[in-house]
Amino acid sequence: MKKYLTGKMGVPMKTKEISRAPVSQQAHVIQKPEHPEYIGGSITVEINEKKVSVPLGTTILEACRQNQVYVPTLCHHDDLCVAGVCRICVVDVEGMRTLQAACAFPITAPIKIRTSTPMVRKARKHIIDLLLSEHYGECYSCFRNNNCELQALAKEYGVDHYNFGHVEKQRYEIDSSSYSVVRDMDKCILCKRCVRTCIDLQEVGVLEAIDRGYKTHIGTFGDKPLAEVICINCGQCINRCPTGALRANDPRDEIWEAIDNPQKHVVVQTAPSPRAAIGEEFGIEPGHSFTGEMNTALRRIGFDRVFDTNFTADLTIMEEGTELLIRLYKALVKKDTSVVIPQFTSCSPGWVKYLEHFYPEFIPNLSSAKSPQQMFGALIKTYYAKKHNIDPSNIVSVAVMPCSAKKFECNRPEMTSSGFKDVDYGLTTRELAQMIKEAGIYLPEMPKSHFDDPFGDASGAGLIFGATGGVMEAALRTVIELVTGEKVENVFDNMNIMPVRGFEGIKYAELPITKVGPIPKLLVHVVPNWDWLKGATLKIAVAHGTANAKRVMDSIKAGGKFSLCHFIEFMACPGGCIGGGGQPIPTSAEIRRKRAQAIYAEDAALDVRKSHENTHVLKLYEEFLTYGPCGHTAHKLLHTHYTKRGKFIS
Amino acid sequence: METKTKKRTGPVIFSGYERGTAIEKALNINREDILLEIRESKLRGRGGAGFPTSTKWMLTAAALSDEKFIICNADEGEPGTFKDRVLLIEYPELVFDGMVIAAHTIGAQKGIIYLRGEYEYLLKPLQEYLEGMRKDNFLGKDILGKKGFYFDITVFLGSGAYVCGEETALIESLEGQRGEARNRPPYPVNTGYMGKPTIVNNVETLASIPHIIIKGSEWYKKLGTGKSSGSKLFSVSGDCDKPGVYELPWGTKISELLELVSAKNTKAVQVGGASGFCYNKTQFDKALAYEDAATGGSIMIFNESRDMLRVLNNFMEFFVDESCGQCTPCRIGNVKLLEGVKMIQKGDYTFAYINKLKELGKSMQVASKCGLGQSSPNAFLSILENFNEEIFNRENGGTNEN
Ligand SMILES: Cc1cc2nc3c(=O)[nH]c(=O)nc-3n(C[C@H](O)[C@H](O)[C@H](O)COP(=O)(O)O)c2cc1C
Ligand code: SF4
Ligand code: SF4
Ligand code: SF4
Ligand code: SF4
Ligand code: FES
Repeated sequence: MKKYLTGKMGVPMKTKEISRAPVSQQAHVIQKPEHPEYIGGSITVEINEKKVSVPLGTTILEACRQNQVYVPTLCHHDDLCVAGVCRICVVDVEGMRTLQAACAFPITAPIKIRTSTPMVRKARKHIIDLLLSEHYGECYSCFRNNNCELQALAKEYGVDHYNFGHVEKQRYEIDSSSYSVVRDMDKCILCKRCVRTCIDLQEVGVLEAIDRGYKTHIGTFGDKPLAEVICINCGQCINRCPTGALRANDPRDEIWEAIDNPQKHVVVQTAPSPRAAIGEEFGIEPGHSFTGEMNTALRRIGFDRVFDTNFTADLTIMEEGTELLIRLYKALVKKDTSVVIPQFTSCSPGWVKYLEHFYPEFIPNLSSAKSPQQMFGALIKTYYAKKHNIDPSNIVSVAVMPCSAKKFECNRPEMTSSGFKDVDYGLTTRELAQMIKEAGIYLPEMPKSHFDDPFGDASGAGLIFGATGGVMEAALRTVIELVTGEKVENVFDNMNIMPVRGFEGIKYAELPITKVGPIPKLLVHVVPNWDWLKGATLKIAVAHGTANAKRVMDSIKAGGKFSLCHFIEFMACPGGCIGGGGQPIPTSAEIRRKRAQAIYAEDAALDVRKSHENTHVLKLYEEFLTYGPCGHTAHKLLHTHYTKRGKFIS
Repeated sequence: METKTKKRTGPVIFSGYERGTAIEKALNINREDILLEIRESKLRGRGGAGFPTSTKWMLTAAALSDEKFIICNADEGEPGTFKDRVLLIEYPELVFDGMVIAAHTIGAQKGIIYLRGEYEYLLKPLQEYLEGMRKDNFLGKDILGKKGFYFDITVFLGSGAYVCGEETALIESLEGQRGEARNRPPYPVNTGYMGKPTIVNNVETLASIPHIIIKGSEWYKKLGTGKSSGSKLFSVSGDCDKPGVYELPWGTKISELLELVSAKNTKAVQVGGASGFCYNKTQFDKALAYEDAATGGSIMIFNESRDMLRVLNNFMEFFVDESCGQCTPCRIGNVKLLEGVKMIQKGDYTFAYINKLKELGKSMQVASKCGLGQSSPNAFLSILENFNEEIFNRENGGTNEN
């Protein structure tokens, strides 16, 4: 279907950075008009009596925005393809019998647009009235209170009573079957952003509109509970829902209870991405990190210890990097045909579940290394508990994550290698912000503090895990040094491995290995020397968003370019974890870019920026994981296995 | 209903025609001249919207593409219409010859008939008919010896939803998606089925083409009114002695039609099906024409014994169910209008609220995404207006305080 995008005969509708339109929208080729007003790819239109020039094919909405004319929207989302269903954006186009949806109308002629006629205002008001008439639930008991697009519109249009009544009864049962996503369809306005997210942006295809007319609702195949379908828990639908219809499964009550229970030792680990985004929940512009402030806030809330997930991100690099070297050695030197490459990263639980459903035959390619969250969980209830003489059954382990899939991950039955549930609760950035507010704390004003020992502050490599390409960059910083003996900063300026950075959907790079160094002490148990790597070219790729992952997987399946890769980083969420399903709402390409910038800036300012130079990690291998990376203890605690799921079961 | 055996008579469609003759003639006329002839005839779409057929064809002809499609809209979902079924059963040669001529004119290779789900029993006879056309070289390669002219027709059985008759929803449905209207622009003439330039025409529009080709636009234009040329098939149902399909010139008055079908004690006539308008006695001198009482063919007659509020109630229930549910004004708006009807039925309403609903109806007409939502308030608004007396002076009456 892609071929329509490059139709010779016309200008294609603009496609967005990562989102791809469904067939019907892709197919919308705009013919170049033979109009005198059409000059060199742009066209002059009138918006509210003012003449402006816009590129041909620009939607009325974009044209208005470019010219500081505000048009309200609900079903429109910059990440997604056009829907044109809520009709709140209707405007008057001279000569047309009906009002036109600004978000869906591509400009191809010198039209005259009016954005605030009496008819337009009345229609918009009616639409808000109609949506509210069906909206069951109250704002004060809704997690989107004060951050809801419907509520904001009601305010904007001065709604002070229900013009067409108000539902008094719940129509739909709340679906809280999933560990990750809760669906309350009584708050749904049928904007279908979630559908477009799931089908077009993520290409998973769990959600669809079901039935028609008044019975229309968003549901899953056969209206099954979310836990029983192929949902990968990415939560991208939550981030794009304009209302409180979708939210994450919130463990705050249980966590407060644990904190308030003196018997319990409550520890928290925080992933790299929440710190780069949580400020947004406190009204701070995107792009500011609040690492130190967040640590203090967590202590004031009552967490007994505050750890940095970046520590286990560093550990993941050691384990996953070692696993890669072992795989390559076995496959290339030992000609062991049971070993498969490329190796896939396994730290994104959304991606892992996606693979288990859609490409189960590739499970052997997934690194057996657990995600940083789960590695930490296993260490806290073993190493840490022993070291500090705490009964692990009294430890409550919380993980602050940018991710809704992490909630599912910590509930996977495999994740009990400590003998207990390794991580008790996954808490999203949004939910943590809520707890901070409940504790009466204004985060940006907190004094800064460090992470607690024995894990301490981690390296910049662990930190950049949060952005797409980050895991790959972290791995390369370590692998390059361990293999070549050369300092990374001598190969890449400032240690910044630019080819794997940025928001391109799929990134690909080749790294020739021209020289090799001695085997570092930590890896002597793994391979005898590096000579077999000399002259080789390491081929790597990075994909973010499952739609892009799908492209890469299909290429691998077909024996294409990516089947020749050695190592591929996959992240379920567009932008990587900084765009995770637990991050502050709203999201946009711009916001994700700023969050990534915050992470890279923080990394650049750190002294230790390579996982293998994290002294706490080295100490852990000395004290506890004494068989080294991928050794016996590491294998027991830090590695896992996966489940074939297929496309039709959960 | 109509009797099948009796030979129908009518000025155009129900006049005589021999299969293939118009194709033969058209293949010897160059394409521009066919387009001009149709433009001259002033033929407009018979599916309801009344879009000039020549314009649609010209735009599709002008669109650059190696693939184009002709779709015959035989969804016939409008309550009270059954004329397309009659055409397909009794005059398939007109419909299919029309499609072949369209294909020749715009350069299409493939035709599809989107057949209403309920007409499944027509699937086999139609396929057999098409097989016959293939045998006789009216379809297939080098049609009637015209080198390089390839065209074939398939039949697609629809999904049963009323909205699938809307041309873009129809195309979505053909492509295997949910039957929901697309955003327009772009229009099917540019970006239709599979993203290719596509003509969607009603069965009757296509069936008019062979006669225009054979007898010429001048002859055709003589029938009807200035703005509505030619003849129209009317599906007449309801309170009359002779319901059925009638071919009459455009411009025929409602009263004339009532007489023709022997309708007595007529109180109301709904012109254009559920999405049309309802007229009272004082309006029966309106002409059936695009510029006056427009219709895709459905004429429903109600006599004095009918309760107009019940009639309206049925129409609104239809829309509440048949809205595709995608856009706000139509999905929820129709529910509110229906609620309003029920309030009046119970006598539990205020005029202020009814007026609010009328305003809402007007917003639905302009803000809905497709023709369904845009026309669904027509019945509500016209019945409340034209049968005001009856409705608001009901026995269980309304509270008259404002
Ligand atoms: C809700 C809805 C239902 C429609 N149903 C039909 C139908 O059953 N048959 C039809 O020919 N046109 C139907 N139409 C009109 C078509 O969208 C389209 O205008 C028509 O097929 C064009 O053909 P014409 O130009 O030959 O009339 C419908 C329109 C709407 C909005
Ligand atoms: S979804 Fe929005 S409008 Fe609805 S209850 Fe929640 S905050 Fe209020
Ligand atoms: S969480 Fe992800 S996979 Fe699940 S429904 Fe939402 S978008 Fe689809
Ligand atoms: S669940 Fe949210 S995103 Fe999905 S259609 Fe409803 S309101 Fe829109
Ligand atoms: S007007 Fe009605 S049928 Fe048409 S798109 Fe909207 S909801 Fe669907
Ligand atoms: S924002 Fe344009 S129709 Fe919803």
